[in-house]
Amino acid sequence: MRLAALGSTVQRAASPTYPSSRAAGALRRRLVAAVLVVVSLAMLTLYFREADSGPMHSVQGAVASVLHPFQVGAERIARPFRDAYGWTSGLVHARSENEKLRKDLQELRLKAIQNQSAAQENADLRKALNYISGPTFPRDYDGLAASVTSYATGEWEQSLVISAGGRNGVSLDDPVVSSDGYLVGQVTKVTRTSSEVTLLTDSTSSVTARDAATATLGVLEIGEGPDRPFELNRVRKEQVVRKGDTIVTAGRRFGRLGSMFPANIPIGSVSHVNQTDIENFQQIQVDPFADFSSLDILVVLVPKEQQDPSP
Amino acid sequence: MTADVFKAAIAFFLVVVVQATIVSSVAPMGGKADLVLVTLAAVALLRGSIFGAIAGFYAGFLLDAANLDTLGVSSLLLSLAGYWIGRYGETTGRDRAHAPLVSIAVVTVLYAFGALVLHAMLGESVSVQSALRSLPATILLNLALTVPVYALVRRLFAPVSRLPIKDVEFG
Repeated sequence: MRLAALGSTVQRAASPTYPSSRAAGALRRRLVAAVLVVVSLAMLTLYFREADSGPMHSVQGAVASVLHPFQVGAERIARPFRDAYGWTSGLVHARSENEKLRKDLQELRLKAIQNQSAAQENADLRKALNYISGPTFPRDYDGLAASVTSYATGEWEQSLVISAGGRNGVSLDDPVVSSDGYLVGQVTKVTRTSSEVTLLTDSTSSVTARDAATATLGVLEIGEGPDRPFELNRVRKEQVVRKGDTIVTAGRRFGRLGSMFPANIPIGSVSHVNQTDIENFQQIQVDPFADFSSLDILVVLVPKEQQDPSP
Repeated sequence: MTADVFKAAIAFFLVVVVQATIVSSVAPMGGKADLVLVTLAAVALLRGSIFGAIAGFYAGFLLDAANLDTLGVSSLLLSLAGYWIGRYGETTGRDRAHAPLVSIAVVTVLYAFGALVLHAMLGESVSVQSALRSLPATILLNLALTVPVYALVRRLFAPVSRLPIKDVEFG
């Protein structure tokens, strides 16, 4: 019996592709690798040391501008499939979520009635005192919706790239919220056509936050541990924070800590409160409202140029 | 050779766009597949260490530009990855059917730790725990991608000279 068998299981370029002289080939190979490593290190060093307006950043911005339309196109193609996946996976929890939402709706209706009278009273008192407040959300900001065009590859990088940049009015440190209006992060890099958003889940992020019910201040940061929960830190034992309370941005710094976000952006709800005899501060965990695993569209809060002078 | 360079330039441009926009947005089992690394491994195995290193540098440059990351980080890691896989294909991996799978499994681990060290050296906050937790899933996803990607890349970068079919006699 005669059978045909391939001479090689992995067919690759054979020796004619490479230089005939083994020594010359090895030298050339090492030289190319060394040059590439040196160029990479030089790029890295230059980029790291220069200002955001430096030449390496300009090169990056130019290349990002070339990639931008392709990324937007790819994102548009992928979006229906991503939506279908989200819709299907959402069906699994739909029934239990529906029951929970109905209960929440009843409670919120009661709270809304109470809040209406409180808001009217607040407005009257501000007017009487000629009170001028700092910028608050959403009154003093315009929302600029942008799709996410790039997701970080590594597990430790908690940042995204969005399709709005300097030409759209995005500036460094602008706050970013989800399409539902929940805080997700801050703009940390801006090119002409795109911007980098560092998420709250990054360990470098911190926000001065406030318990909306008790006005207790703290600093919201991502915690350690396998689940990496959000923690409201620097809350003293005598201060009151209850499970289920809503946490919003405070709109000011906490000493030297915390980034400056406008006041009243919803962040999450308190899921766990604990205190021990040896600690000065309470241990508070917060469940974020925003779903950080499925961020497709983000809203950049661009400050209005003409601030409303009314109180 | 010129045709190969042209094909690699276009292929990696598209792969980087797909990686940054689509592949990185999904994390099944807690890990993210690395299409750029898998494609680079296939190209380096088929075209050798020099081609692999240059392709890695180019892909890394595009990836850092797309993600607005520090320029040079991915270029450095992918250049070394392309060079190492190319050398493996030229030496030990020669004539071995499992070479793509072995090289991807090994290089995924090396790449993850290399990136971890490099980001830590740049003063960025890195979590060894989260990197280790996601690594098994990333290896599995990359291995799952290897077979179709290698087949596609082999069509694109057809071997320059094929070894002849041998006649084998049985009985």
